[in-house]
Amino acid sequence: MQWARGNAKQYTMILALAVIWVVFAFLTDGMFVSARNISNLIVQTVTTAILAIGVVLVIVSGHIDLSVGSVLGFTGAVCATLMISQGWGVVPSVLATLVVGLAIGAWHGFWVAYRKVPAFIVTLASMLAFRGLIIGITGGQTQGMEMAPPTEAERFMWIGQGYQPTWRPAVDGQVHDSSMLVAVVVIAALVLVQWRSRLARLRNGLAVLPAWLDALRVLGLTVVVAAFAGVMVFYQGLPWSVLLLLVLAGLLSFVARDTTFGRRLYAIGGNPEAARLAGIDVPRNTLGLFMVMGVMSAIAGIVCTSRLNAATTSAGQNAELDAIAAAVIGGASLMGGEGTVLGALVGALVMASLDNGMSLMNLDITWQYVIKGLILLIAVWADMARRRATH
Amino acid sequence: MTPAAQRSDPLLEMRAITRDFPGVRALDGVTFSARRGEVHALVGENGAGKSTLIKVLSGVYPHGQYGGTIVLDGREQRFGGVRDAERAGIAVIHQELALVKQLSVAENVFLGAERLRAPGVLDWTAMRAQATLVLERVGLRVHPMTLVGELGIGAQQLVEIARALARDARLLVLDEPTAALTESETDTLLALINGLRERGVTAIYISHRLHEVRRIADRITVLRDGRTVCTESVADMPEERIIHNMVGRELAHMYPHRERVAGEVVLDVANWTVRDPADGRVAVRDVSFSVRRGEILGIAGLMGAGRSELVMSISGAWGRRQAGALQLAGQPIHVHGPREAIACGIALVTEDRRRFGLVPDMDVKQNTTLASLRRISRRGVLDHAAETRLARGFVDEMHTRVASLEQPVRTLSGGNQQKVLIARGLMTEPRVLFLDEPTRGIDVGARVEVYGILNDLVDRGVAVVMVSSELPEVLGMSDRVLVMHEGRLAAELSRTAADAATVMRYATGGKP
Repeated sequence: MQWARGNAKQYTMILALAVIWVVFAFLTDGMFVSARNISNLIVQTVTTAILAIGVVLVIVSGHIDLSVGSVLGFTGAVCATLMISQGWGVVPSVLATLVVGLAIGAWHGFWVAYRKVPAFIVTLASMLAFRGLIIGITGGQTQGMEMAPPTEAERFMWIGQGYQPTWRPAVDGQVHDSSMLVAVVVIAALVLVQWRSRLARLRNGLAVLPAWLDALRVLGLTVVVAAFAGVMVFYQGLPWSVLLLLVLAGLLSFVARDTTFGRRLYAIGGNPEAARLAGIDVPRNTLGLFMVMGVMSAIAGIVCTSRLNAATTSAGQNAELDAIAAAVIGGASLMGGEGTVLGALVGALVMASLDNGMSLMNLDITWQYVIKGLILLIAVWADMARRRATH
Repeated sequence: MTPAAQRSDPLLEMRAITRDFPGVRALDGVTFSARRGEVHALVGENGAGKSTLIKVLSGVYPHGQYGGTIVLDGREQRFGGVRDAERAGIAVIHQELALVKQLSVAENVFLGAERLRAPGVLDWTAMRAQATLVLERVGLRVHPMTLVGELGIGAQQLVEIARALARDARLLVLDEPTAALTESETDTLLALINGLRERGVTAIYISHRLHEVRRIADRITVLRDGRTVCTESVADMPEERIIHNMVGRELAHMYPHRERVAGEVVLDVANWTVRDPADGRVAVRDVSFSVRRGEILGIAGLMGAGRSELVMSISGAWGRRQAGALQLAGQPIHVHGPREAIACGIALVTEDRRRFGLVPDMDVKQNTTLASLRRISRRGVLDHAAETRLARGFVDEMHTRVASLEQPVRTLSGGNQQKVLIARGLMTEPRVLFLDEPTRGIDVGARVEVYGILNDLVDRGVAVVMVSSELPEVLGMSDRVLVMHEGRLAAELSRTAADAATVMRYATGGKP
């Protein structure tokens, strides 16, 4: 039953997202739920979501990373500069950028894990420093990708703006065949994984939902995924960046739930002393964690530069707050030890939906910020009230 | 002593108190009363409902969340919260002290009830003067401006009581007040409670330590499974009868010692000297002993004798080693941290479960496997089936009472949490298992089960080293007893030579 209760939280999140969508659908006369808008919305979410699924691991471990926005901007600028000023190709530039992200993460990890400076301070320092370095590296100018060699620039654009190609020539409003295939494969994989997990739980004598309820649950999930995919399939197909996000989310979710590294992070966040006494190398795992976060920030930086087709000095500004908010809305506890990658993903969608919906309504930007802030507050309060009730 | 007539006058009556939690009835028609000027002990196993009853009494569970009535001084009370209960004169001294360590004694005494010169402006003179008076009443000779963090646990406890008195508390509730105190601090506290009783303060005294209960209480109420079993005057309640009422069955063998022959030496500790990394003080000085396969080695001593420091430092969990060497089965080993200790086959079950042991939000199986993730993974990927299988094995073997392996460990009772932590240690397949106060804060029934588990381990060839402050436990369970005094090994006694008087003599620095 415990297990069902834990999962119930995630379904509540998805339900909340659905409610938000229905409300905006009414408020915008259906404009919000048009294939075009939903597709845009999801593409806009990608960078925040990539940060959020990394940040949630940091939060689970009882730390925080305030630098992800600045690091996103910096790594994005590094990538652009390599291609523009150095004339590097896409592949070496991207690889070099990922290495830079890894190094930045290692720097944070070193100070947090081995010098015992609180992550809040270490990453606050980086948030400032890298915002400055962005200006240094770009010379304070927006670095448009059109300044790079054209063939490479075009290939680079794919990452953030490209769509999966079709086999048959693409026609507007027609089914996008390769995306359809991906959607079918994803749904099939989803059903298979759920089915196998149910069998494994039964085999191990763990509690499972009644068969009909479990079937209903999987059906619900399938409908959600199909709806998402449907939008893509009937619009321009699946954007590469969304596919990238899905792969990364799947990967990090696997790391969090099914690897010793992930388990150790939860233990460190849940009770660092107990983790240490259980023989866990807390500093080493903390270092690893921040390195993962550095790479995730760099990936987000690359996607962001590609989507905007330029590296700007303001790229990623406030992105750390959106990412943290997404993780927390998705159920992560800033006390550490609690949170899921999928929750953070849904949280990012909630934040992006609010942004997008309120913009469509032409709501004054003042109120957009205020409403987002209030939603974060209420979401966390509701979660804590629920937790208190079950204790 | 106050006159008997006044004694029989009830200050507090709790009638038919019922409190439900989802799925459980924690209190089921509990009746409890306290006469003016008596010390009334409340005993029961963990989970019997003592804390819940106190939470009802002190307004943590406000009126409406429980059934039944509370009558104080003949008037029915409906507390809407903790502050209402405080205003009515009920003060709870909790197990975890609720003091602000960075503030002075005077500030703590008046925390939340500050004396003011003008609205919002503190009257320091009045607070200092009144604090001095109230500190005198509890017999604590410190300057009121001393920071609470500089005081020992015993003194902090007295500050808590001073705080209650400063608020004119008529009913003191003391929840396991002596759990962290030394013997002499305990004596001071009990004397203080005696003194307060004579001045008409009523106290509810909750403790697992039955001999203390018998020393201090006028009457005893036993709770079991959320019901009142009996309320009797202390003269009618010898210890065996209290235990009988608590567990509802006879404990034929509280300490089920088994006859056995110790095997070869597993761990040899030589000239072990350790400093406290925080202040550089020598906590363990030149201690040498060996542990044999198939024995329980008990370590006795008073609080602060260096027992925990000794076992924590050998397991790599604490301290700065100054000198000394370890040999495991004749081979020298070097332990620099818990990880190496575990790899060498040395496991530790720490004293403070919540601080050093449990990952509260993780479930039973995750807590069980935490120190042995390698055993349930291949190339860093967890094998959930293997994890479940192994964890279930321990739960079954130890009769750990869990609703599911996926139940968060924080929701278990103390005894079951302890079993999970012992299982965590055992899963590392240790050759030597150190246990620091293995039965602290767990109820009598679970205690006997833990003893059974330790005996089984020893029969399987594990060497068990047990630190305990409870003398009967050390004497009852150990094959050999080490006695520590001020960081040194004062004596090593065989089972036959170890009796309470001898152990206490060495523990208090006496010579043979």
